[in-house]
Amino acid sequence: MTDDPGQPGADSDANSEGRPVRGGSIGVDQWVAQSGDRHDQGAGWRRVLAQADARVGWWPRLALVTIAGLAFAQVSSNVNIQTVAFNSLLYALLAMGLNIAVGWSGLLDLGYIAFFGFGAYGYAIFSSNALGTGGVGGTHLPAIESILIVVAAAGVVGVVVGLIALRLSGDYFAIVTLFLGQAFVLAVNNVDPSTLGGVNGLFGLDPLHSFGVTVITPLDYYYVALGVTVIVAAVLHLLDTSRTGRAWRALNDDPLAAEAMTMSVNKLKVMAFSFAAMVGALAGTLFAAQQDNVFPTNFTANILILIYACLVLGGVGSIAGAILGGLVVTVAENMLSSPTDAAYLFYGLIIIALIAKVRPWRSLGYVVAGVIAFGYATHAIVGAIAPVATAGHPGSPGWIGSVMNGFVIVPKNPQNFGNALYLALIVGLVAIVRLRGIRQLIAVIITIYVAACCWESRLIVNPAITTQIMLGAILIVTMAARPYGLLGKHRVETI
Amino acid sequence: MQVFFQTFVNGLTAGCVYALIALGYTMVYGVLKLLNFAHGDVYMVGAYIGYVILQLFGGAHGLSIPVVLLLFFMFAGASVGCGYLGVAMERFAYRPLRNAPRIAPLITALGISFVLENTVLLLFGGFTRSYSTNAYIPFSTGLDFGGVRIDIVQILTIVGSIAMMFGLRELVNRTTLGKSMRAVASDREAAEMLGINVDRTIMLTFLIGSAMAGIAGVMSGLAFNQITNTIGFLAGLKAFTAAVVGGIGSIPGAMIGGIFIGLCEAYSASYISSEYSDLIVFGILIVTMLLRPQGLFGQRPLQKV
Repeated sequence: MTDDPGQPGADSDANSEGRPVRGGSIGVDQWVAQSGDRHDQGAGWRRVLAQADARVGWWPRLALVTIAGLAFAQVSSNVNIQTVAFNSLLYALLAMGLNIAVGWSGLLDLGYIAFFGFGAYGYAIFSSNALGTGGVGGTHLPAIESILIVVAAAGVVGVVVGLIALRLSGDYFAIVTLFLGQAFVLAVNNVDPSTLGGVNGLFGLDPLHSFGVTVITPLDYYYVALGVTVIVAAVLHLLDTSRTGRAWRALNDDPLAAEAMTMSVNKLKVMAFSFAAMVGALAGTLFAAQQDNVFPTNFTANILILIYACLVLGGVGSIAGAILGGLVVTVAENMLSSPTDAAYLFYGLIIIALIAKVRPWRSLGYVVAGVIAFGYATHAIVGAIAPVATAGHPGSPGWIGSVMNGFVIVPKNPQNFGNALYLALIVGLVAIVRLRGIRQLIAVIITIYVAACCWESRLIVNPAITTQIMLGAILIVTMAARPYGLLGKHRVETI
Repeated sequence: MQVFFQTFVNGLTAGCVYALIALGYTMVYGVLKLLNFAHGDVYMVGAYIGYVILQLFGGAHGLSIPVVLLLFFMFAGASVGCGYLGVAMERFAYRPLRNAPRIAPLITALGISFVLENTVLLLFGGFTRSYSTNAYIPFSTGLDFGGVRIDIVQILTIVGSIAMMFGLRELVNRTTLGKSMRAVASDREAAEMLGINVDRTIMLTFLIGSAMAGIAGVMSGLAFNQITNTIGFLAGLKAFTAAVVGGIGSIPGAMIGGIFIGLCEAYSASYISSEYSDLIVFGILIVTMLLRPQGLFGQRPLQKV
């Protein structure tokens, strides 16, 4: 999934033979944009490594990922970990689907969640007793049939919705699809509660069952999800490097130029939208079968943001990025819900950020020493003035909690104190960005201490909310620092 | 007939709130060509700032200062707080993305909206907070036209927002700031070459738009009493619909669009079904976009090649 476009001349030669260049690079602009990157690959072993990396084709990489996935299943016996692994594949699948619309053809599809929900509800209706038991109208299909029907139906719905929505351009399209997602939740909440279950959702769904095998345990679902993810990734890669894939990219770069090149812009857009819908619905059916029930709250804007976080973090436009993003976001989300892991993640991120951002090393030493000194001094002073103010216990369990006990200020009733600290933390972050020199270092020291106090007294008590705040912050920071994501490629934007 | 007119009054009140939010959408879109999805959440934050100020002065049932003073502090606090929130948003989240791909600021906006909603959830909890307006501005102090009631809060909302709309129009049409806003909206680079401080203009646009959203938040808190951390999302969507129906970028358009959406919503809730009123607003958006994408007052933009 990396591409090495070589010389522009070589590019056009390959194209004139009618064979697409691997990775589907599209022209001189991109070659120029990447020349800096090639330069940055540097000399010596790094360059050799980068070249060797570029020579490996896409299918050995995919095979490697598959083997890693299978090996993982052999070593993990913990059911929770298996469920997390299933979820990360599910989000990888969702992110890959969203990538077709957002990454490749540049349609900001904010109603994607509706198709995920469509798939889940479709499976729930056809493969449960929702339509009654037996007789006329009592349809109860085998899992494999209902998956095929639902995915095909999602494609058709995608075409219809796409035909309407795509008469709008850019931002308008985004908001109409956002409304679509909202409308889906409203509809499943209110339309025909006897069939769709209303707020209570649908339950008692069939497990996946085909070719004489019934899929029940989390490990089985993990295998199924792994298989589906690998197949979808392969299909999408072939699609990406096909004529259609290149047309999508051209469309994303400049719709007017693409149209001038006789591409049928609307057809391509509807196609991308509909393909995204199908992948979303497929993920939905898996989700429903694994969860055994579906609720309207499974398909709210929060989940949409999670999917976007996966895609954006991994890098918009890259299949490997979508898979990596799904893995990172799900694992991070899961870690945040356990206090010990969350503490590791939180303090680990602070330390990594310090090491990556604070230069020279001398300053780093000052900061670390400053934080420790400032923390213990503040704790001692506050403890001497008002013992009540340090009477509480840090929220982190284990050794982190005992280390923090003499360091952070946690009063007896930490809620309001923690809220105030949270606001102070935001002010501190703003100060860090605005200040320079020695003042910035001081701001960093105080902010880290405030962050630690706030974490121990307030944030860790509400892991769900903390997770969401951190996800939102990740989206903002990633966009500001690296708009193309971890594995995304810089593209020349034509204006 | 009484129900009809009462619905009209209620719809007008809601519509004025939507219109105030829509004005912020429209201004930012006009200047930056950026859809600030997080704008609805600024409105929500405004409602919570008003609530905090109410609590600071003794709460609804033990008010320690005159009501007029309380209202002044509420509106002032919400407009200043939200104004600076908007400025901070622009400075730290959107400004680094001026030259990023089109999709980047939209994703950032999603992130901001998520952070704001959950921050309020963290600080105030998930349950509904109430302004309990009845305790300090009794519903009986209002006008009564043969059974159709307009209470004082509704009058305040309607008159206040219409006054602000006219003030904004004068600002955009007459002042130097308004001129530079229009210049930046029509061509940012050219405006910069002519010596207009583009960054400052954009910052002030965010300041004014967000301050108005904050005021709208307090107004809706007073008029509809109940606030939660999720009110911003739907209100933002509806305000956006209002801005589109009126023609995005047009100030009278946003106002009339807002009132139109408010009325549609009120009538569909009282004559059809309250569950489906959101879907009906959505339908209006779709139909408007298909039949007249530039809205009622907008101009069809020229496509530059």
